Amino acid sequence: MVDVVTNTTISSDESQATQANETTTLWQVDIFPVAGQPNRLSAEVLDNAKDLRVDESLEVIGAHGFLIQGPLTHQHLTRLTAELLVEPVVERCEFARVGSDSLSQPIGELTNLLHVLPLPGVTDPQAESALMAMRHLGFPVDVVRTFKKFWTSALSETHQNLLQSKILCNDSIEMIVVGKLELDELQLGQTYEFSKRDIPLADLSDEALMKISQDWTLSLSLIEMHTIRDHFESLGRAPTDIELESIAQTWSEHCSHKTLAGRISYRDENGERQFENMLKETIFSATMQIRSDLGENDWCVSVFKDNAGIVEFDDSYNIAFKVETHNRPSALEPYGGANTGIGGVIRDTLGTGLGAKPICNTDVFCFASPDTPYEELPPGVMHPRRIMKGVVSGVRDYGNRMGIPTVNGAVFFDERYVGNPLVFCGNVGLIPKEKSFKEVQPNDLIVSIGGKTGRDGIHGATFSSAELTESSDITSGGAVQIGNAITEKMLMDVLLIARDRELYSSVTDCGAGGYSSAVGEMGEELGAEVWLDRVPLKYDGLSYTEIWISEAQERMVFAIPESNWEQFEALCASESVDATVIGQFKPTGQLVLKFGDEVVGDVSMSMLHDGRPPIIREATYQPVESSDLPSFDFKTTEQWTTDLCKILASPNVASKHWIIRQYDHEVQGGSVIKPLVGVQNDGPGDAAVVRPILDSRRGLAVSCGMNPLYGDLDTYHMATSAIDEAIRNCVSVGADPTRIAILDNFCWGYTDRPETLGSLVRAAIACHDLSVVMQTPFISGKDSLHNEFSYTNDEGNRQTISIPSTLLISAMGQVPDVANCVTMDLKKAGNALFQIGVTGDHLGGSHWTLVNQISGGKVPTVLPERAKQTFIHLHDAIQKGLVRSCHDMSEGGLAVAVAEMAFAGGLGAQINTDAVGIEILPSEPESEIDLSYATAALLFAESNTRFVVEIEPENIDQFKTAMGDIDVQQLGMVISEPQLTIHVAHNTIIQSDLMTLKNAWLGTLDWK
Amino acid sequence: MPHPNVLILRAPGTNCDQETGYAFDLAGGNSSFVHINQLIESPGIIRDYQILCLPGGFSYGDDIAAGRILASQMQSRLADVLSEFHAAGKLILGICNGFQILIKSGFLLPSDDEGLPATLTWNDSGRFIDCWVNLKTDNERCVFLQNIEQMYLPIAHAEGKFVPRNEQVLNHLKTNHQLALSYCLADGSDDEVAYPHNPNGSTANVAGVCDTTGRIFGLMPHPERFIDPTHHPRWTREGNSAAGDGLALFQNAINFFND
Repeated sequence: MVDVVTNTTISSDESQATQANETTTLWQVDIFPVAGQPNRLSAEVLDNAKDLRVDESLEVIGAHGFLIQGPLTHQHLTRLTAELLVEPVVERCEFARVGSDSLSQPIGELTNLLHVLPLPGVTDPQAESALMAMRHLGFPVDVVRTFKKFWTSALSETHQNLLQSKILCNDSIEMIVVGKLELDELQLGQTYEFSKRDIPLADLSDEALMKISQDWTLSLSLIEMHTIRDHFESLGRAPTDIELESIAQTWSEHCSHKTLAGRISYRDENGERQFENMLKETIFSATMQIRSDLGENDWCVSVFKDNAGIVEFDDSYNIAFKVETHNRPSALEPYGGANTGIGGVIRDTLGTGLGAKPICNTDVFCFASPDTPYEELPPGVMHPRRIMKGVVSGVRDYGNRMGIPTVNGAVFFDERYVGNPLVFCGNVGLIPKEKSFKEVQPNDLIVSIGGKTGRDGIHGATFSSAELTESSDITSGGAVQIGNAITEKMLMDVLLIARDRELYSSVTDCGAGGYSSAVGEMGEELGAEVWLDRVPLKYDGLSYTEIWISEAQERMVFAIPESNWEQFEALCASESVDATVIGQFKPTGQLVLKFGDEVVGDVSMSMLHDGRPPIIREATYQPVESSDLPSFDFKTTEQWTTDLCKILASPNVASKHWIIRQYDHEVQGGSVIKPLVGVQNDGPGDAAVVRPILDSRRGLAVSCGMNPLYGDLDTYHMATSAIDEAIRNCVSVGADPTRIAILDNFCWGYTDRPETLGSLVRAAIACHDLSVVMQTPFISGKDSLHNEFSYTNDEGNRQTISIPSTLLISAMGQVPDVANCVTMDLKKAGNALFQIGVTGDHLGGSHWTLVNQISGGKVPTVLPERAKQTFIHLHDAIQKGLVRSCHDMSEGGLAVAVAEMAFAGGLGAQINTDAVGIEILPSEPESEIDLSYATAALLFAESNTRFVVEIEPENIDQFKTAMGDIDVQQLGMVISEPQLTIHVAHNTIIQSDLMTLKNAWLGTLDWK
Repeated sequence: MPHPNVLILRAPGTNCDQETGYAFDLAGGNSSFVHINQLIESPGIIRDYQILCLPGGFSYGDDIAAGRILASQMQSRLADVLSEFHAAGKLILGICNGFQILIKSGFLLPSDDEGLPATLTWNDSGRFIDCWVNLKTDNERCVFLQNIEQMYLPIAHAEGKFVPRNEQVLNHLKTNHQLALSYCLADGSDDEVAYPHNPNGSTANVAGVCDTTGRIFGLMPHPERFIDPTHHPRWTREGNSAAGDGLALFQNAINFFND
């Protein structure tokens, strides 16, 4: 292991690096908390060890530290540690040359010594900052790396392995050294010897072509390989490696959405439908229809073409919104995956138009249950609890450092996410109206700013288009990265200044595919020439192809008129941001790649962007056979109340305060409605509201909707339910339903299977249908396909776990004046409670069936016109100040909504559902509803477009008038006693004190 | 001096600069944003300002420790010009990361024979936390807290636990009215202020400290995040106040030059 360190590139900075000579010394500094201060590292290890049931007698002492290399004396180190590295009141340190015995003495009984180091080349932000600070202080330092160090009590081999592989170290980014750390030096890199590489394809068999596609992780199909071969044959030459890679990146599922934006032949119970471009003919076309319906009132600005969708906000500003997934990296390295996921989507809005200022984040996750027993995990899978902790920390550390409030989110648990956790990261940006469009000009310089390029994340784009297996964690390490938020924050600062000084004509982010995608997209209309040898590198030794496709984080590409370069460069220098000219946009229609004087690639933009062979896919949808729920005897009050508590405690519904409180949700100073609301600041708000412009009263609401369980019954209704839920949440806090824009994120299983693709097409058709009626436009979207995990079980059989079909709808609403915002906590005893909307026989896929472990029943549907009118009338009532509190009904139905409102407000409620009733729609099959089911449905059905609202007695008439024809029924009253009582047909169904309900809700995810 | 000039210092990772500048302007100041590189290059520009504010954020990623790297830069590059600024009777405010920088650079509580008298370190929970806290003042000395007895403000930090070197240091600071801001219960009492009222485990519930002149002040809570009534987490149930509690702190700083 140690050899890896000594022989591999670590880091270099040519400006100050000194050549290794006899005075160069590698020092190790170990830093410990002083007596009386908690040891955080030890506590974390012990906490995780408890989860994994490692030896209860385990004792651990942790230290963190730095490896520091340079012509440094003992005296230097004394000063360095005192002036920079050690906090004297709370820390102490020991330092010596690496390998000194003094650093590896056992501490008491703790003899087992382990070091954890980032793998060579993995981003080490702490080390980068420390190196910079040391040089600022004048110390002759060449290289710095961080490490962690642990002494533990002796362990059995099994437990030692568990500790090393599952707790201390994630081998996709870290390595472990047992015992004393012994290395001579952290090397500064190796020289790269240029050699141009041709890949002859002309005479290759199909097998040989596919072998190239697989060996190089190109994820190209045979037809695509044929197309490439034929193209280069027509040119009379072989492609170079970089040309092949460029095509693979551009044609990847991740970059081109070839499946969903492709030809699909779809068949369902209504017949057949042929799509030339499925997304365009469903979701995009709905938006086009809405824009045309709205005519001059069209408020969409730029949809489905830039990095994020843009709509109007006020007279001066537009807003941009994008939600991305970062699923596969998060499965392998949750912290880095989530970290770079949020970093990537922030760059999306920064790279929209001429640059939007990020104003809030949203993060939605899907995991297997954190209580999954270890024995039940498939091989090669990380425990969901560890994934969840890592993902949350990754989002936290990046979002908080960027100074962007994380205001919205959701977490959904289902065992089928065990091998493919889903991580959705979203960002909203504010952009001046006149900065919403961009256009590269001929002869603009191609300028890269921000991070340097390393081997990070090579093949991320093509890797993310493949299925995960138990060996993915071994083979795909290159696709895993760690972000450095401060590099991106600095980049953002200069981007916004340069934008306002009008220094560039276009910008885009470097995401999947790296420069290959960024330059390829920007130069699509013109052509570009790139000088790869000029790209600043983290360390030497990268080939021209690696430079071109590296997905190193925190980089953006600008098109800058030559006359502005000097000014741009000076601006970047004044903020310590690296900026480099790496090429020029030339009106040739060709993408020319050079390394020095050598042309290593020369492909036409038309081949890259239009050369991909059309793929026709089959998609079929077979309706799921509906089944009735099993019958049951009428429950006692106690049993019904237990059902309610179980739903409140179920992880999807339970309080997410453990996550929410770790996010800074108030930075930027515009917080209006926080994620947690109520008398003790801990109730579950429906949507967060921010005021992005500090001297304006206009607000922006962000919310989401997602119901994977409904997808098991019918993906059409899953999709409409998710849209309804996202809009409901937004309208609940006061957003104007005629100004809500939505985004789609499809995460599906293996869509090469016609029935899997069919279930997706069906959801896309649903998106179209509801969007058009509601006049709620989709403005951007992203998909992630093939989310399946394959492994061989103990019996030697190949098993595949597909995620449930998961459609996340994110909504961005606008609040005309934040003074009219409403929260969900009950406000005053004596106020009346009303249900808005109609309850149906919709227990299918409900949380009531989930906690009772039964299946069957009807899936909730949406009546589009009724939903639209309900939202409009409710908004009117809210705008008139008639609604004191409002909560949408979703998971757990009426009972959960009222319980949450009550304990959030610290006030009780007395409910009687006699006025409510159950509606069976003509379109739904009739079934026997006995009193048991009627009761269950009234309390727990998850029918869409419903709210509970609190109205002051004197406003009841006005409220009813405002609601017009919409079904509104009085449910009961707010009472001062901390009790929730619900009666159905003279039976007391729910009776509970609020504390019991609240504790059930708070307890499940109340982690330390 | 109708509109005192406020220098909001930016550095890589600073992120509360805009709203802090807005709060000063709302209180009657005239804010400018100056990058640390610019100040190091031309330290003299600070003479045009009456107030220096180090806003919140994660300067240099809070790598090594929160505020540590910027603190060491300021110590090594700006010590003289800052001493001169302070000696001229001007004001220095550090919020959150700014407080961490002021403490770690020794500008707020200077080193003695045994080194720095106190530091700010990791919350007892070991995690970043965003929540609202009740605060009470000892405004005997601190210019920024004049006429303020209690405040309700948000905190958002991972390393905000105040730890003095020893009991003596603490007693000295207390007697000298330098422990200007502390976490308390909603009714203002300070008996048994446990988590989450004291959100980080600070010794003696310390949330903010001033220097011996009362003109340098650092605090972990964010006054700039409560200047508008709708910033309050319960404004939809308790009704709107005229202004947020935090605004008074900025007004005190401005009024110091106007009285």
